[in-house]
Amino acid sequence: MEVVTPSTIDDLATVLRDAAATGASVDVRGAGTKSGWGAPGRPADVIVDTTSLNTVVEHAEADLVVTVQAGTRLGELQRLLAGSGQWLALDPPEVAATVGGVVAAAASGPRRLRYGTPRDLLIGITVVLVDGIVARSGGKVVKNVAGYDLGKLFTGSFGTLGIIASCTFRLHPLPAARRVVSVSTEDPAQVADALARSTAEPAAVEWDGRAAHVLLETAAAAADPQAAEMAQLLGSDAVTDVVPASFGRRPWQSGDIALKVTHRLSCLGPAVTAIRRRWPDAAIAAHLGSGVLWAGWPAAKGLTSAELDDLRAVIASYDGTVVVVQAPPAVKDGLDVWGPVSGFAVMERIKERFDPDGRMRPGRFVGGL
Amino acid sequence: MTGLAALADACVRELGERAVVTDRVQLRTYECDGLTAYRCIPALVVLPETTEQVAFVVGRCHELGVPFVARGAGTGLSGGALPREDGVLIVLSRMTEVRSVDIADRRAVVQPGVVNLDISKRVAASGYYYAPDPSSQQVCSIGGNVAENSGGAHCLKYGFTSHHVTGLEIVMPDGSVERFGGRAPDPVGYDVVGAFVGSEGTLGIATEVTVRLTRSPESVQTLLAAFNGMDEAGSAVSAVIAAGVLPAAVEMMDALSIEAAEAAVRCRYPAGAGAVLIVELDGPTIEVEAQLADVEEFCRMAGAFEIRVASDDVERAQIWRGRKSAFAAVGRISPDYIVQDGVVPRTALPEVLRDIAALAQASGIRVANVFHAGDGNLHPLVLFDESKGETERAEEVSMRILDLCIEHGGSITGEHGVGHDKKKHMGRMFSNDDLDVMQLVRCAFDPASLCNPGKVFPTPRLCGERPGRRTGVHPLQEAGLAEVF
Repeated sequence: MEVVTPSTIDDLATVLRDAAATGASVDVRGAGTKSGWGAPGRPADVIVDTTSLNTVVEHAEADLVVTVQAGTRLGELQRLLAGSGQWLALDPPEVAATVGGVVAAAASGPRRLRYGTPRDLLIGITVVLVDGIVARSGGKVVKNVAGYDLGKLFTGSFGTLGIIASCTFRLHPLPAARRVVSVSTEDPAQVADALARSTAEPAAVEWDGRAAHVLLETAAAAADPQAAEMAQLLGSDAVTDVVPASFGRRPWQSGDIALKVTHRLSCLGPAVTAIRRRWPDAAIAAHLGSGVLWAGWPAAKGLTSAELDDLRAVIASYDGTVVVVQAPPAVKDGLDVWGPVSGFAVMERIKERFDPDGRMRPGRFVGGL
Repeated sequence: MTGLAALADACVRELGERAVVTDRVQLRTYECDGLTAYRCIPALVVLPETTEQVAFVVGRCHELGVPFVARGAGTGLSGGALPREDGVLIVLSRMTEVRSVDIADRRAVVQPGVVNLDISKRVAASGYYYAPDPSSQQVCSIGGNVAENSGGAHCLKYGFTSHHVTGLEIVMPDGSVERFGGRAPDPVGYDVVGAFVGSEGTLGIATEVTVRLTRSPESVQTLLAAFNGMDEAGSAVSAVIAAGVLPAAVEMMDALSIEAAEAAVRCRYPAGAGAVLIVELDGPTIEVEAQLADVEEFCRMAGAFEIRVASDDVERAQIWRGRKSAFAAVGRISPDYIVQDGVVPRTALPEVLRDIAALAQASGIRVANVFHAGDGNLHPLVLFDESKGETERAEEVSMRILDLCIEHGGSITGEHGVGHDKKKHMGRMFSNDDLDVMQLVRCAFDPASLCNPGKVFPTPRLCGERPGRRTGVHPLQEAGLAEVF
């Protein structure tokens, strides 16, 4: 196993061409914050480390657009952008992650409620295919419908279609003011329902298992009145301008078993109950209004294939899916971590076109792709 | 019997006489979409009402090797639904069933023929709407919106169709039916919904679409500001954006388009304006009020000589009337015109507008400018008179405008699509490798190249080929763009 660290896109293309010449399989990693995600797969011959592809190529400040190489760390990018009063509106808690890793894993956080996920903010992408071909789609303008959107396909592809070399994103201004209104509750659905009936437009609503936190990011003059309105709506007097430490944190430690559970919005309560009934001690966090739950528990409590199937059957009735994000190898080996996939035959054909020999991250993605 | 005659017979048996058009005169009704410059009478038109019927027709086409093109309401402006004379046109306008509306899930599930605005009408009483609002929204259908990734004036804040479609049922080019996504977020696997939206009907036919419903804002404020010239209006926009305000829409019109709109709909924009700016803000009332005060101030500082704020929906509609009528309105001041659609980075707008003015001056062809100023999406209206032999010069000006967009790092289309009309320009925006890699997607869906063939891509490729099987420097590098991306 060989680790290579290209520092230009040309170098990256050369690495992949060389690998193609010998038929070597290729793995890719950024900062490694999510390297445990996905199916275990098979060991690759070459590991491409993208962290030296870390140039901020262009920050068109007045256009609110940035182009960065994939190995740039999200946290560093945010610090740079903050200097211009801007940010890339993605807030997965893995701040050490590289931008390429965030996109490849479609990682998101609480503010997806307002801003969406990586697919929604990515406006251009440069990728290198397994045989070293460099291609791009999109561009550096937000509005653009010329050609197929390869960015969508590569977002969430976990590196199995090729390596993301650089990304162009739409940016947002940092909010002028911030307030957090919190309310203790065991029943997040109640909070979600109250918010659905109001015309408030919070940036995020996060439930950490004990309390719901409504994040208001707004104009300076509007912050206090909106917070007061929200406090009244929720029957809370806990208003602050500090985002709590638990906000957006994944509810697990390294080494734990961790699930991502989705559901249609009306089924939040039943989805929480479905997890609680099976794993009473599970730590759960939810992006309210987005339909995404995270759950984690210590590895010692285990997770069997039958338990997983049983949960999947229930969650499927809420139109959702269950993905085993993280688990010790011994546990993961016995599980289908991605679960059944609708439209798999088409995905298989896409993979076959992009990576005919199955050399990119073999076995890491859905259905063994 | 030829393949097409056999196909027509099979369609009559399966779908009924009423759903099959073979009469030459009736077929002519479908010879073009909203871009009437290109016309082609299809060999056969079918009007299915169910997914099974679409799958049947596509399946037979696949068996017989007959190309097919899907068409919704036919409002597209790039010839994306231009039929083939050797093929079938599958018209989806009878698939108008709203399958379900789930307010608690904030989703609606609709057939592709459902008209865009009808979704909003359907859920308005519950305080929701469907956000993407292409200007044809009163007639255009969701299937076409999915194909084109339609935007609209409010996509600055709310995004495009791709941000609002969470699930699709697709009849694949071989006639099989596949489902992707649905009412829950983040479907597992590749983002096929994302890849399909905006693929201009070349990857299959969407037969059911799950859309996101958006909460209607508590408050909407619409402001019209009149300036002496485009530069002043442009600097007002820059100030708004720099202040971190994200309006729902920012639209600009120049003197010529104001003149046309006035002639057509008496929109009563301030007399003598060299440019008008329309800014719409929406959201929680208190936030909108604060931002409105800021926007008014920015406009005044930039030199606005008159500012109107709509006090109710009637006044709001009056402000929008001029803007929304602009395309058709130029018919009042010019016998013929081309609607162009290009994008530049917003900050390049002043320079590009000056260049367009210089082009117009040099060619003697007038250009009216109407555009989405917030995102740099230009809609220059190139005015000409065919009877005076100006067509060629007008087309030249129109093409030069796209050159300007490309030179400034923009795009040849912001919302109208590539279709038939702009495929010849794709090679100026993308390298051969870029296009070949996009073709890999095409080949994964449609290896036989029967699904709306001849659109989007400049040259058809065989699906056996791998990209980049040529020697020499990468075209991006050669063009000096390798550093940009």
